[in-house]
Amino acid sequence: MFDKPDERHLGFVSQYRRVAKEMESGTVRTSDGFENAREPADGGRVLTIRDLSVEIRRGDRVVHPVSGVNLALDRGQTLGIVGETGSGKSMTGLAIMGMLPAGGRVTGGSIDFRGTELAGLPAARYRAIRGNDIAMVFQDSMTALNPTRRIGEQVAEPVRLHHRASKRAARTRAAELLALVGIPRPAERMDDYPHQLSGGMRQRVMIAMALVCEPQVVIADEPTTALDVSIQAEILDLLDELRSRLGMSMILVTHDMGVIARHADQVAVMYAGRVAETGPTPALFGHTRHRYTHALLASIPSLTHDRREKLFSIPGAPPDLAVPHAGCPFAPRCAAATDLCREGRPTLSEEEGGHTHACWHPVSGPTVRAHQTPATAPPPTASPVLLPERQTTPRLRVVDLRREYPVGGRGLLGGRRTVKAVSGVSFEVAAGETFGLVGESGCGKSSLGRMLVALDRPTSGEVIFDGAPVTRMSSRELGPRRAQMQMMFQDSNASLDPRMRIGAILREPMAIQGIGRRAERTARARELLRDVGLPLSVLERYPHELSGGQRQRVGLARALALDPKVLVADEPVSALDVSIRSQVLNLMQRVQRERELSSVVISHDLAVVRYLADRVGVMYLGKLVETGTTEEVYGATAHPYTAGLLAAVPEADPGAPLPRAGTRVRGELPSPIDPPSGCRFRTRCALATEVCAAAEPALTTVAGTHQVACHHPLRSGAGQPVELTAR
Amino acid sequence: MSSRHVNTAEATQTDATARSETELAELTRARKRVSPRSVLRTLRHHPLGLAGGLLLVLVVGFCLLGPLLYRTNQADVDLLNAALPPGPGHPLGTDPNGFDVLGRLMEGGKVSLQIGLLAALFATTIGTVYGAVAGLAGGILDGFLMRVVDILLSVPFLFFVLILSARFHANAVSLSLVIGGFSWLVSARLVRGEVLTLRVREFVLAARVMGASRRRLILTHLIPNALGVIIVNITFQVADAVLAVAALGFLGFGLTYPTADWGSQLASGATYISADRWWLIYPVGGCIVLTVLALNLLADALRDAVGRRAD
Repeated sequence: MFDKPDERHLGFVSQYRRVAKEMESGTVRTSDGFENAREPADGGRVLTIRDLSVEIRRGDRVVHPVSGVNLALDRGQTLGIVGETGSGKSMTGLAIMGMLPAGGRVTGGSIDFRGTELAGLPAARYRAIRGNDIAMVFQDSMTALNPTRRIGEQVAEPVRLHHRASKRAARTRAAELLALVGIPRPAERMDDYPHQLSGGMRQRVMIAMALVCEPQVVIADEPTTALDVSIQAEILDLLDELRSRLGMSMILVTHDMGVIARHADQVAVMYAGRVAETGPTPALFGHTRHRYTHALLASIPSLTHDRREKLFSIPGAPPDLAVPHAGCPFAPRCAAATDLCREGRPTLSEEEGGHTHACWHPVSGPTVRAHQTPATAPPPTASPVLLPERQTTPRLRVVDLRREYPVGGRGLLGGRRTVKAVSGVSFEVAAGETFGLVGESGCGKSSLGRMLVALDRPTSGEVIFDGAPVTRMSSRELGPRRAQMQMMFQDSNASLDPRMRIGAILREPMAIQGIGRRAERTARARELLRDVGLPLSVLERYPHELSGGQRQRVGLARALALDPKVLVADEPVSALDVSIRSQVLNLMQRVQRERELSSVVISHDLAVVRYLADRVGVMYLGKLVETGTTEEVYGATAHPYTAGLLAAVPEADPGAPLPRAGTRVRGELPSPIDPPSGCRFRTRCALATEVCAAAEPALTTVAGTHQVACHHPLRSGAGQPVELTAR
Repeated sequence: MSSRHVNTAEATQTDATARSETELAELTRARKRVSPRSVLRTLRHHPLGLAGGLLLVLVVGFCLLGPLLYRTNQADVDLLNAALPPGPGHPLGTDPNGFDVLGRLMEGGKVSLQIGLLAALFATTIGTVYGAVAGLAGGILDGFLMRVVDILLSVPFLFFVLILSARFHANAVSLSLVIGGFSWLVSARLVRGEVLTLRVREFVLAARVMGASRRRLILTHLIPNALGVIIVNITFQVADAVLAVAALGFLGFGLTYPTADWGSQLASGATYISADRWWLIYPVGGCIVLTVLALNLLADALRDAVGRRAD
């Protein structure tokens, strides 16, 4: 969810101020009906960035987040800027908007917007352009909208400021825009406050706000990172459609190669504040030149990646941008690096079609996409992961687990209202097996994970570990048992005590359980560090001195310190950058196999679960809707929800076939306080009929261990695919 | 992914992991964190806080080291030299008992600061443990403990001290216990709030998964992480306690003769206000204001350094 940990600290105030700043009044255009105010389209270049450099001064530290960036944006096109945390992609966007954070300034180069030089433009003239000619869509709509004002007013504000429109005209315009971005009954919703809308709807409001003055350039900074995959697809399609309908140009800033592949015309790959490679999307993906782009693409776990192959991973972490470095910034992590790379900064070489790259040793020839198993292929006969023989008693058994959280207020009949987070989930995990739980946010997968390790007690149902019901134990009985059930957390920044050294963190589990003496514990900590591939020098460091990937390795090492039999990993890699993510994924897979661990991997990322898990359960609104081996669920999908989720995952391949219309999951997640009757998915399902509302489908076997809870499964009992649009 | 991706991948992986071992350590990035050094760095960019710190050093030096350099007789009454205006031998004059005012300021300051510090430490210790227990326990116990705090906060301080002073004889320790006994309520609330946010943080959950006891959670995870807030609070509490001692002394509930504190000095000076004996009022009043100001400026700067609101 949070791919950019640093930006979470911005919080409401600064993001909101940014939007407000964007809308500060401009006095240049006196409008006589703002639709006519725009000059006719002249085609060609809209925005040209030449040799742009930015520095940010914070106390004594000077960081250079952008150095020597060249970019060009044509009319009606989408330029995708892709990179990891700290690559300078967001700063480039903010520099164009003239909204660099405090202490930041453009130190060199030019930003040419249709003949106007934006670098060093006086504040008053910038205000006239900002929000009017160039607008921005922010990542987090919760913090970027003012919570105390109605959304109608907020959408109308730019028109009032830039075009001096009357209150009524601005309101009409706002209603038009809200309709345009697909908000149902805009006239009524205009008087809603941001918190009354769902995340997807708020993001639509943000887009309406950006488009209300009909800007020529829209900068979308991670517009869908905070959203679920099914909603992400809708929002990106909406942005695409609006761009072509309104004839705007768009800069799409994202960390997600899949999003870029599907939605950008031109791509710029940034690394350490520089453009590594840029070119038209098909050329860049089809003839990848730069070693970094190449390695990055190889390290993304995809839905077609052969699970027998170890995932490629880039060693190390991106460089510190406060320290000047000679040569290619990627050289310390590059396999093909030579002395030339470490000493000389690579020059930009251009190929036909505007494909440029800055690499001394580029990859040659077209990029071959091999090792792909088509998504619909039957499961391979020899399972890549050795499934242990079914034991008589599985190591972990979950029986009809339910958890309801009381919420404030009472229902109509005076009963206490509850959020049904988990509503009757059963599954088993054998020794040495990895069970993956997938689902969108709010489906109850994290609540389930917490109950598995007894951090929370269920309302009813049981978690049985090695034949003993964990859920009924007193905390005294539980104490020593805990050693065998450990958890790996999502945010390694939050899960390691900032005041303890790594050595103390790794010794803590043993200290709590009273295992060994101090010297023995230290020896064990060293051993653990070796296991997860960290140098011993880390022992004396504090968590904040490590990179995200290193911290997540420490998190795994700590979870393994007590030699647990069950490991629950809640979103283990979702806070990490792509190049770091594959390091941790490979490590987790190795550890799972070596230690005969029974693990439960919880993630919203279908590709991550596919890579790690032997068996998969798909959760929707507190229920398991489909379960089976990974091959069964991903290869022979039976539930429409699973199919919809899979269709919404953007593949990092512009040539990948677009999903058929109708497979997408529509609309928003219903409230878990009053889940829909019958099948909980029916409100968003293309195949729903009356029976779906009347009766709740039970998990029935499709084939082998493959079970689905659906009245109209995509695959019948014989395993034959059923045509999706038949009904 | 491409076959070459994977082939180069394997080759890369082996030699790169070896390299990464050493490089991983160097490639780490600095992050903002509260450490003694970062606090000093923030203070350097905070001129008012720095001024407060220097002023405090001066005040403490004046009270503790001053008597060593400037020796006066603060034990025997000298009625021959009573109420002298500032002049040679007595830079700030003498009081109605013939004690040198400058020397008396140093003595009184020492007592005031001692009581202030002791009261603040006492209050913070009780408040921290109480707040941490309440915050971690949650539920009914938390509700009960915090209602107790609410009730105690509604008892008027002076009224309470008035009753105590009628029964007991005040000395420096008992006075600091009384003041501390009243001011721990604020730190209890503060620490409870901090613990409420800390206890749902993942590192506390992680310790719970390992089977850590409540005692361990409080001592190794919650209190160390709330320490920044606690230190800032101590600074504010010292200032408050110095003021409280002065107020009590002024009202006559403070220390009794021959021990002096700034409050009782101010009170005795105030009786001569119409006699135009300014040297009995302004120096001691100035000392109180400067000390409290210095502490407050320093606490403000510390709060910025810790990066959180603490009041």
